[in-house]
Amino acid sequence: MLKRLTTLAAAMLVSTALHAEPVSGGRANVVIQPEPPSLMMGLVQNGPTQMVAGQIYEGLLRYDEKLQPMPQLAKSWEVSEDGLTYTFKLHDNVKWHDGEPFTSADVVFSADVFLRETHARLRTSLEHVESITAPDDTTVVFKLKQPFGPFLGIFEAGTMPMVPKHIYEGTDYKNNPANNTPIGTGPFKFEEWVKGSHILLTKFEDYYEEGKPYLDEIYWHVIPDAASRAVAYETGVVDILPGGSVENFDVQRIADMENTCITDKGWEYFGPLSWMWLNNREGPTADKRFRQAVMYAMDRDFARDALWNGLGKVAKGPVSSSTRFFTDDVTAYDHDPEKAKALLEEMGYDGETVRLLPLPYGETWQRWAEAVKQNLGEVGINVEIVSTDVAGWNQKLAEWDYDMAFTYLYQYGDPALGVARTYISTNIAKGSQWNNVEGYENKEVDDLFAKAAVAVTAEERQELYTEVQQKLVDDVPVAWLLELGFPTIYRCNVKDLVTTAIGVNDGFKDAYIEK
Amino acid sequence: MADFWKRFSRNRGAVIGLAILAIVILVALLAPLIFPQSPWRMVQRPFLPPFAMDQYPLGTDALGRDVISGLAYGAQVSLLVGLVSTVAALLIGIPIGALAGYFGGWVDDALMRFTEFFQTVPSFALAIVLVAIFQPSIESIIAAIAIVSWPPVARLVRGEVLSLRSREYVEAAILSGQTSLTIILRQVLPNTISPIIVLASLMVATAILLESSLSFLGLGDPNLMSWGYMIGAARTVIRQAWWLSFFPGVAILLTVLALNLIGEGLNDALNPRLARRGK
Repeated sequence: MLKRLTTLAAAMLVSTALHAEPVSGGRANVVIQPEPPSLMMGLVQNGPTQMVAGQIYEGLLRYDEKLQPMPQLAKSWEVSEDGLTYTFKLHDNVKWHDGEPFTSADVVFSADVFLRETHARLRTSLEHVESITAPDDTTVVFKLKQPFGPFLGIFEAGTMPMVPKHIYEGTDYKNNPANNTPIGTGPFKFEEWVKGSHILLTKFEDYYEEGKPYLDEIYWHVIPDAASRAVAYETGVVDILPGGSVENFDVQRIADMENTCITDKGWEYFGPLSWMWLNNREGPTADKRFRQAVMYAMDRDFARDALWNGLGKVAKGPVSSSTRFFTDDVTAYDHDPEKAKALLEEMGYDGETVRLLPLPYGETWQRWAEAVKQNLGEVGINVEIVSTDVAGWNQKLAEWDYDMAFTYLYQYGDPALGVARTYISTNIAKGSQWNNVEGYENKEVDDLFAKAAVAVTAEERQELYTEVQQKLVDDVPVAWLLELGFPTIYRCNVKDLVTTAIGVNDGFKDAYIEK
Repeated sequence: MADFWKRFSRNRGAVIGLAILAIVILVALLAPLIFPQSPWRMVQRPFLPPFAMDQYPLGTDALGRDVISGLAYGAQVSLLVGLVSTVAALLIGIPIGALAGYFGGWVDDALMRFTEFFQTVPSFALAIVLVAIFQPSIESIIAAIAIVSWPPVARLVRGEVLSLRSREYVEAAILSGQTSLTIILRQVLPNTISPIIVLASLMVATAILLESSLSFLGLGDPNLMSWGYMIGAARTVIRQAWWLSFFPGVAILLTVLALNLIGEGLNDALNPRLARRGK
């Protein structure tokens, strides 16, 4: 025993000197906010669901911080020369949490049958797919109709989660009782969910990667009040605060605590980008010079420092810097009130009042609207803030009843998946807040996005996307604000929690707690 | 008039109240002169504590906006809302009360049931609902406050009119052939004016509190800096920056207190026959 202890101590000394060896055991206490509506990721993919269910369900691939694919259920993959055939080799010892073996038939069922019916965002991407076949138990082949550049980017757990064929085939997916006790292939299995209190996940002993996961349990605390979540961390009830759990102004205070680490990594796949919709159809915002003036008038560095605690980056344009094919070779809009005034003068702006809708998501967004109103007021733009609740905000945007409106959207790693939808003219339709709400129409931009999506090589795509970014930044269809930073706060002895592009969402596979 | 002032000034509290209110009114009127910059302007680093810089004696808020300038402009909003909504409530309450009291019978019944209908709904809850439905703006807030605060006026006026209705000079007026409208306006209402003035001064105070509560809940006019808004915005940072909620809170406290003191003083001055107890 003593000998073992000394070797352990020696091992620890060595490991701290070089690279820490993961240790098994322990429970992670995590905040989940808000409480997810369901944990069945094939049916529900909102933020909190992805965060919890991302430990239960898996996709074929994961992505690193640079959005490069990494093995998950697929241990290797090949893309044919013409960019039309994608062949995945699966791990051969994978089991579902109920003990059934996971095979290529599950992949075909999930992608081709289940998710096509339930997952709107994936369905759009799968329109490029001609067939999904399983030549043998551990091989899956996706054949495309035409090359689709971002295709390798849609295999993450929240986008294409694998669901068990033996449970769902032939049933009514939405009302299957198994939805309450989700069965996946992930490193943790569902144990219990006490509504309004907590969700408990436990280690899946038969996980296919030797030694993983390291933690015994993940205990997700449901705490509806932001101040109480901060207190829960301060008093040691929880050890991990995922991005967005506490109000921005609490971040600094908590980050200053002892043994507390903070990172804004782990959001690269989502690349949350905030902007103001500018109504391109009518009013002063229909004039390009006015929209440019708005960009020059805003002090976005100030907003980042005062409202977001310096986290995040000032947006360069429509593509977030963590998304593929980003370029900073575009017109820069620094805070320059004189330029803004000159542009307004040139267009002959008559002082017409513009209505600004803040995002009704809490204090920070309200303050941000006030700051922008003040910035615009200083160059002579009359802004009236219109208060709404979430329902009113949704309705006003969907009905195009606004002049300027705050929002932020995810990019999903590739311009074809999360950027084009905001700017292409075929996406102008009332009734949604996620399409081309601003009403921007530009044939060239449409063509460039269309060509770039199906171009085969990355170089070709980069060239096309660079051009489209330059055009958009000059036209200012919307006023880009910040690439938002959602910091994850955790005790420093929790290691390897955020290692991928979706961070905490699939991070507990590798996480361990140093003793 | 001299008599009035003599009786009013006998109440020390009322004089102090009047002095405070005068200062608040003065600040509100002179705000654009003392603070030529908009109170929304971000002038210094955020969360500057009070008394740290002479230029910004009460510090700055979460966006670096000058707190003292906000207080001055907030006084405008509070007084405006208090006055206008009280006048509006009087315009609703006095006619209803006067008609009910003067005519009695089924008119009285109908109008009083209508009034009770409003009285049974908790006034703050009703105000929240009204503002939420009509979107928060200064007009909707004033309207909501007026709508929830007129019933006491109607009841008070009805009571006064009922007792005046049977006086001999009213009967004489009826006999002389004056129309009901003339009698109400010329003979009856002028004699109810003193209790109405006392009530109105208290209603202004209540209206200021109501507006602050609405703004505190985020239902204020988003384009106006009011005291309630300042406290509401500061509530979440109270642990980092106490002064952001403290100073507007003191401002509300003092103004409402002043109005209550004045109300009491007016009561003394206008109802001399009511002997002040214990003095």
